[in-house]
Amino acid sequence: MTAMTQTMTGNYTGNYTGNEAAGGLIGPQPAAVLDLRGHLAQHGQLPSLGPHDVVRLARDAGLTGHGGAGFPLWRKLEAVINSGGRAVVVANGAEGEPASAKDRWLLTHRPHLVLDGLQLVARAVRAGDAYLYASERHRGLDHLIAERRAAGIDAVRVERAAAPDRFISGEESAAINSIAGGLAIPSSKPPRVVERGLRGRPTLVSNVETLALLALVARRGPAWFRSAGTADFPGSMLFTVGGAVRHPGVVEAPHGTPLTEVLELAGGPTSRLQAVLLGGYHGSWLTAEEAASAAMSRSDLAAYGASPGAGVVVALAEGVCGLAELSRVMTYLAQESAGQCGPCLNGLPRIAEQVRSLAFDGTDAAVFTELQRLSGLVVGRGACHHPDGSVRFLRTGLRVFADEVAMHLDRRCTRTSDDRVLPVRMVR
Amino acid sequence: MTRLRIDWTACDGRGLCAELVPELIERDEWGFPLISDAAVPPGVLVHARRAVAACPRLALSLQAENA
Repeated sequence: MTAMTQTMTGNYTGNYTGNEAAGGLIGPQPAAVLDLRGHLAQHGQLPSLGPHDVVRLARDAGLTGHGGAGFPLWRKLEAVINSGGRAVVVANGAEGEPASAKDRWLLTHRPHLVLDGLQLVARAVRAGDAYLYASERHRGLDHLIAERRAAGIDAVRVERAAAPDRFISGEESAAINSIAGGLAIPSSKPPRVVERGLRGRPTLVSNVETLALLALVARRGPAWFRSAGTADFPGSMLFTVGGAVRHPGVVEAPHGTPLTEVLELAGGPTSRLQAVLLGGYHGSWLTAEEAASAAMSRSDLAAYGASPGAGVVVALAEGVCGLAELSRVMTYLAQESAGQCGPCLNGLPRIAEQVRSLAFDGTDAAVFTELQRLSGLVVGRGACHHPDGSVRFLRTGLRVFADEVAMHLDRRCTRTSDDRVLPVRMVR
Repeated sequence: MTRLRIDWTACDGRGLCAELVPELIERDEWGFPLISDAAVPPGVLVHARRAVAACPRLALSLQAENA
């Protein structure tokens, strides 16, 4: 099986590919940099920067969020600053997406860059409290946090908070609720967390990759960052490449890199592909033909109704039943509903049931009318984007697997392999 | 311009709102409100206000928006 299944068991080792020109998170030597001395020897000390310097750096570099939404970091910083009051910063490494491993990779191999970035944003918003929110498997980072504190390089005390390994744990209001001692489930918006977040204070929740990149920008400057990527989305990003590739794992490539090149960084396809999933289980499917010409930039992928999201790329080989994949993931996504919002709680299981019947039982075309109707009942009717994202995954999948759908309606299936490609984490 | 808004984390689908403002609110098959996207017409505003006040879960609100 592939490394993607290993993400489920917690033994993810993966393959890491990168070079200095590609962005510098992975670098030419992908070994872990865990001790503070090694980190400082490689990257040097953080320059001493004032709050405005940090905001300006983020703006001049064009650094955008790497948690999936791609929102400019400097504008989020300004929103927190403008909210007034004592701010809080959170490094978000929750990564509930089972097909993603890049945040885990960063926290395992580049933790000091993440912690540097957390100090920088703390400085920018004059935060009194900083949290590292990540799975309990990263509890070993307590030692690093203490070491940095003792060495006097962290002005703001950092507290680690455990993120449950559930799909929506990383949604920013869920992160805040969890850190506050509650369940890791989303709140209704407004208010936005930049206005009223942890204990009612303005809160910056930033993905760990964004923070690690900020730590590099602070040392190397905005021009270095802008030397890669696109004008709108400069720099590089991490991709977790899984499925039918030779070396599944985390790779780094500039925004705008052709998807085929991203697949090549992971060793290239192991066989003929039928489809590629981009952006994870709230993301979109592309056909193999679309994947052959798509570039991994927001503007380019928008033409396919897709987005790079947080960098999940899963290649699906021919001979795997796409509908079986859709069905397993929709069942998982229904399970992962926080259960707070009626339409999501009731609707996603009903949708999953219809997809199951399409994938595994004899069914007829009426299932589409029903899926269409049920999808309309969940989209836009929740406190978070879980229903909307789940429906996007399904709708784009049904489009890409249209031939498979036709076969299933005719009681046939193209499946020649029993591989389960997309990883899920079922709890019951 | 005023719209009805639902706090989905609070709504339990009790259905009082749909009874009080049938012009704008229907219920889905699970009992949860299906709200028209349109602005609340002036003539319905008084009913809408009553529904907001009657919601036992405080899940319904009227939101003023700049046109």
